[in-house]
Amino acid sequence: MGSKMEISMKVNGIEKKSYTEPRMLLVHYLRDELDLTGTHIGCDTSQCGACTVYIDGKSVKSCTTLAVQADGTEVTTVEGLGDMEKLHAIQRGFWEEHGLQCGYCTPGVMMAMAALLKENPDPSESEIREGMKGAICRCTGYQFIVKAVQHAARSLAEENEKEKLVQSAGEGGAK
Amino acid sequence: MIPSEFAYKRANSVAEALQLLKDSGGEGKLLAGGHSLLPLMKFRLTNPQSLIDISKIEELKGVKLEGGRLVVGAMTTYDELVKDETAQQQIPVLVKAVRIIGDQQVRNRGTIGGNLAHGDPAADLPGAALALDAEIEVHGDLGKETIAAEDFFIAPLVTMLGENSIVTSVSFAVPSPNSRSVYLKYEHPASGYAVIGVCAVASMDDSGKVEHIRIGINGVSDVPYRARAVEEALMGAEPTEALVKEVSENAADDGEIGSDLFASEKYRRHLAKVYTERALKEIFFS
Repeated sequence: MGSKMEISMKVNGIEKKSYTEPRMLLVHYLRDELDLTGTHIGCDTSQCGACTVYIDGKSVKSCTTLAVQADGTEVTTVEGLGDMEKLHAIQRGFWEEHGLQCGYCTPGVMMAMAALLKENPDPSESEIREGMKGAICRCTGYQFIVKAVQHAARSLAEENEKEKLVQSAGEGGAK
Repeated sequence: MIPSEFAYKRANSVAEALQLLKDSGGEGKLLAGGHSLLPLMKFRLTNPQSLIDISKIEELKGVKLEGGRLVVGAMTTYDELVKDETAQQQIPVLVKAVRIIGDQQVRNRGTIGGNLAHGDPAADLPGAALALDAEIEVHGDLGKETIAAEDFFIAPLVTMLGENSIVTSVSFAVPSPNSRSVYLKYEHPASGYAVIGVCAVASMDDSGKVEHIRIGINGVSDVPYRARAVEEALMGAEPTEALVKEVSENAADDGEIGSDLFASEKYRRHLAKVYTERALKEIFFS
């Protein structure tokens, strides 16, 4: 009945193939099979969002998704967000503004907030707090998280500005 | 928490899904976004022998306008509906109600068809479905049939959906351009589910009398319901603050309201009145 199935998905840009039981949750697959332990299990009941990852660019709770449902998709975990050489703006924001205390929820919060910034590059404070609905933090009281997200929004805007300048300089040079 | 064992199959068409359902001999369940079913399976409150994943069936996706109705494919996610321009333009109140379901991650997975098929009385969609005269298209052993939202919900987590049936689309009546609408919700602070949600749609004729009104309520009742007593009292009347207050007293009459862990029957009845009154005031006087 629950015999293993072959699944394949791209995880953080790398093709992964495995045999898994249909009942294997995506979060367990990522943590236990692929050793990507940045994705955390918090409530395990799709409330807290510590397990947030992306499937085809959309944020989802991996504790409420079967690995087999992600077959044929592209999955991104917090490990795919950035690395020490090049941190994602949201990671720098959390660093600079100390957007965490115990850090347990942080991977999920960063994934949720990076997704928010992709859709809404200049969110208001209430939009950030609304976006945090699916990412619960029990330590910070959210104040520093909001600051961290605002920091990230500013640096993403600056990066975009710089890129535009470089582009227009490049176009100017080609003429 | 890990569900007990099951077989998993992905259907690529409605016909294939129906065949797989039949083959499962009553032991199979359709899997859409999984955000209602998987938590139940993890708690082992339900143990289907097989899951038939219908979330990738293309013919079940998308939003279109057809004969004055907004037709939403059953596997359209909440997020897809919220971002759909036709939906935003035609029925803003539907988009408003769906936008506050769960949270962003949930809206990225949960589907319109899955929501209604699950039949959770505390979900946000049933109220809007009732207020917008929704019709649920079902394919099953008897072919295609259309069930009005008002007939669809029978009991908590029980709907008219037959064993070997699948919800294929849901259509909502596009309110007339002169109508006003609102969805007001008091959510449970922990779960985010509606303790009460009132969706009201109304329009007036040239003389200022109510010519169309629908009030759909979810959350307080075992079965989402239309507050017909309130609707009937307002039809043809010229709404005043005093009248709205008076008729809202009957907002709980059509529900099946009881007590549970979260709220007493008395409190729920009170919420029904207060939220109906607020919703109507917003429609008529704001």
